Amino acid sequence: MNVLSKVVGEDSWSVAGRSFTSRLIVGTGKYKSFEQNAAAVEASGAEIVTVAVRRVNIADPGQPMLTDFIDPKKIVYLPNTAGCFTAEEAIRTLRLAREAGGWTLVKLEVLGEAKTLYPDMIETLRATEILAKEGFEPMVYCADDPIAAKKLEDAGAVAIMPLGAPIGSGLGLQNQVMIRLIVENARVPVLVDAGVGTASDASVAMELGCDGVLMNTAIAEAKDPVTMARAMKLAVESGRLAYRAGRMGKRRYADPSSPLAGLI
Amino acid sequence: MVYDDTLSISVNGEHRRILKGLTIADLALELGLEPTKVAVERNMEIVPRSTLAEVKIEDGDDLEIVTFVGGG
Repeated sequence: MNVLSKVVGEDSWSVAGRSFTSRLIVGTGKYKSFEQNAAAVEASGAEIVTVAVRRVNIADPGQPMLTDFIDPKKIVYLPNTAGCFTAEEAIRTLRLAREAGGWTLVKLEVLGEAKTLYPDMIETLRATEILAKEGFEPMVYCADDPIAAKKLEDAGAVAIMPLGAPIGSGLGLQNQVMIRLIVENARVPVLVDAGVGTASDASVAMELGCDGVLMNTAIAEAKDPVTMARAMKLAVESGRLAYRAGRMGKRRYADPSSPLAGLI
Repeated sequence: MVYDDTLSISVNGEHRRILKGLTIADLALELGLEPTKVAVERNMEIVPRSTLAEVKIEDGDDLEIVTFVGGG
């Protein structure tokens, strides 16, 4: 094994006992077509995709389904509760998801209101407790609040997923200090979920020490989603490497890179 | 009273009239759905997938049939 492969080598992470190599989780909403969606997932290298649970279209049952394009046997489907505004709605959705997919690893999000899609942490915590008791393994979308994050963890969240900025906003990480505090205090994986707009945002999240990043709109609404998916893969990997490498200290003034001795 | 061999039910919020004696799996197939790709809730209770072919639909049942779609 050469030096490089030793450094870059095995760097998997695990959530609820399942191990993954890719630290990028991608959503499957907002794509122009299932084909484009599948190509973006492939380019992203993601091993987990989020999916929503919705009523089947009885009027047109023959239309293509997500599962025809992204194989749940190869890519882990992480059912979400997007669009749920109470603990009860979210729990009902995930009970159905568990029956549809047969798995207990889920993404919980309980939203406070439609304009900001900011999480309602009281309902989120209540839902986490109930879901954990029912045998679910919830990865939980939450506010960038270290105290709430700790409570979620104690309630049975298998991953803490603070927002970097509002869902779909693409504003990048607005509260790096708090994300970092959450990372330092957590015993479960921390993933930035929501707010990433471009590749550098994903790198920032990883450089803070997050275990991964979850995104949808940044890829789906890029002019070329497949190329952006590739960019995000590289950004997450390079951010992770930079975190592992340990960045240099910051100085207030210059420090020359060339030796001062021997100047002519 | 006229003998009627149909039931009045609701599927995903829409009223429907179906023949008596159908199971949930029968209904799914009749609707063109693959029973292995959906989850069903009957009167707010999950119907385990393993029992879809056994549970008979009753008059007034409120069924929700869901599946996975793209989402973030």
